[in-house]
Amino acid sequence: MEKANRGFGSELVPLSDFSFEEQDRKLILYHLGFAFLALFLGAIAGLFQTLQRAGLIQLPVQLGYYQILTAHGVLLALVFTTIFIIGFLYSGIAKTMDGRLIPAARVLAWIGYVLMVVGSIMATYAILVNEATVLYTFYAPLKASPTFYFGLVLLIVGSWISGAAMFTNYASWRKRNKGHETPLFAFMAVAIMILWIHASLFVAIEVILQLIPWSMGLVERVDVTLSRTLFWYFGHALVYFWLLPAYVYWYVNIPKIVGGKILSSSLPRLTFLLFILFSIPVGFHHQLNEPGIDSFWKYLQVVLTMMVVVPSLLTVFSIIGTFELAGREKGAKGIFGWLKKLPYRDARFFAPFVAMLIFIFGGAGGIVLASYQMNSTVHNTWFVTGHFHMTLASSVVLTFFGISIWLIPVLTKRKLTRFMNRLGIIQAIIWAIGMLLLSGTMHIVGLLGSPRRSSFSTYGDHEVALGWLPYYYVIAVGAVFLILAILLFVYQAFHLMFLAPKTDRVIEYPIGEVYEKAQRPPKILERWSVWIGLSILLSLLAYAAPIINMIQNSPPGSLPYEPW
Amino acid sequence: MDMPRYERIWMTVGMGSLALFLIILGVLSFGMGLHPPDSKEKTTVPENVDQHPPFDKPGVYKVGPNEYEVIMTSFVFSYEPREIRIPKGAKVHFKVTSKDVVHGIYVPNTNVNLMLVPGHVTEYTYTFDETGEHLFLCHEYCGTGHQLMQGRIIVYDPENTTS
Repeated sequence: MEKANRGFGSELVPLSDFSFEEQDRKLILYHLGFAFLALFLGAIAGLFQTLQRAGLIQLPVQLGYYQILTAHGVLLALVFTTIFIIGFLYSGIAKTMDGRLIPAARVLAWIGYVLMVVGSIMATYAILVNEATVLYTFYAPLKASPTFYFGLVLLIVGSWISGAAMFTNYASWRKRNKGHETPLFAFMAVAIMILWIHASLFVAIEVILQLIPWSMGLVERVDVTLSRTLFWYFGHALVYFWLLPAYVYWYVNIPKIVGGKILSSSLPRLTFLLFILFSIPVGFHHQLNEPGIDSFWKYLQVVLTMMVVVPSLLTVFSIIGTFELAGREKGAKGIFGWLKKLPYRDARFFAPFVAMLIFIFGGAGGIVLASYQMNSTVHNTWFVTGHFHMTLASSVVLTFFGISIWLIPVLTKRKLTRFMNRLGIIQAIIWAIGMLLLSGTMHIVGLLGSPRRSSFSTYGDHEVALGWLPYYYVIAVGAVFLILAILLFVYQAFHLMFLAPKTDRVIEYPIGEVYEKAQRPPKILERWSVWIGLSILLSLLAYAAPIINMIQNSPPGSLPYEPW
Repeated sequence: MDMPRYERIWMTVGMGSLALFLIILGVLSFGMGLHPPDSKEKTTVPENVDQHPPFDKPGVYKVGPNEYEVIMTSFVFSYEPREIRIPKGAKVHFKVTSKDVVHGIYVPNTNVNLMLVPGHVTEYTYTFDETGEHLFLCHEYCGTGHQLMQGRIIVYDPENTTS
């Protein structure tokens, strides 16, 4: 790290002698490679959807709108995110814990990887042969083939084994380093996987106990409200599973890139613990407009949903604080002078910085959606799709682009050239423009009443529906920008994996240092049993009574349907 | 834990406004009764709901002065009834269910935004103050014909005999 090369813009980009061991490099690259394949296929599906929905093209009967919509959701929201995130977390754990994964963790990681890949392929196959046009939320009583459900189970179980790999590595390090502060990155990775396993346990229960026996014809009927409730027990925590790895990058890696310090070692940990607590007992805010659930429980979960405002505000303060201190250290004057000192010409920073700006609006839209009565004005309209394209597809994915551009060359021992860096900035700008056109317009047309998840229709030329059409064209234009950005990204990833010049001294793996005056985190923050216990307790409080009520007063179940 | 003074101010303002906001939502909900639909009423087996009251006779029923009840079923890919005629200012009590998969009923530009879950009855009350032909549509994916699933609520002006 001592020597720097002439980097991007006027900044110096440090090189480092650190490199991952061969086995870890291979493991992480396989994760990234498969995730990018899913990203590419899912993005193509997205382009065709927006064109079809605007009435600009017709899709062949063999590959209809709802079929590719299912593929888009499964490949991007479930496959790409999960496998990329797990790969990224391995890299940070290896880097901050002895520079390598322990052998036992590697074995578990490969088992997890194979299961996730096989599961993803099974689910995708079922979608392509039109046996699973159920969208990625697979609401019963729409019935997919058992192949689809088994694929999902493998994906989830694989991710649990990946979690076990991380826990094993973490436990081993802690045993060997008694009395030392756990590296922030590894702590956060463990927190994310605890959150993920707790939440996905319940979607696994839904799929294994309800949907698979019913899909195979072993039981005749399924309890629809219960299945939706189990899905959303998982479904909202899923969005934090996407978001938190981006937060890891913002908290841990970016301070190093901007030449600043992590302000506190305790508050980031507390933030992640609060996310474990408040991202699960909140799923009813996705079911506000449906019968069979009492208003009291819906309102209680709305209150719990809003508690995530607390860790979000902590994060905003902490990140802006890091930026300001870094700027002042470089001689910035005045209240906002530090803004001029940030490394905007460094793609590792630029893409996630744009992500942070967009996330302010994404988060605000989320508060609107979760606001109980206000939800009725936009529930199941394109506003919702706009919301998660502004949060997940803009903020999280831009951050993942910013990670990929340095993580790949670190892993492949290749040079991150100035040209690639510049391309990374252009790619992030195109993506941001595309997503702002797409998700911004989705918000507007959603407010005007356009439903989400719907094929081209003018509803018998009703004037309200005709008024939506111009917005659909803007969304399609946004999608064209996005596919350009994806093609650029695929080129960059391919180049950095196979073509860029080899080097012995790769770009550094940026890990921020904690501000010298920060206190050591109190022990309670790492007593996982306490936090897991609290998480279970809160979930029991929010879910036990309504679920028991649902089972005791369950309406007659539903037969399976395949209306496609 | 170390928390600088500015951060304490920032968090206090943030959490304070959050608390205020949640209290307002709570007062609207439990003080004024403004809830999204939450009926616990159940039906017979979904595929047979049209053989049992009230869904054996779907339609629009007058239940009071300018007050109506709409008994409606939804199924792939339509509603029964598909057309609802009511005078301006009518208070409408919707009672809707599904005969097969999960559907929705949504009247754009109003708060009529309901999920229709088989086995349950969704109930909601709304007053239609604007004359015209309102579109209602299914907003929960239900199969290949989902985008065709729609109907009309025609709100006429009783003073004006030509409409």
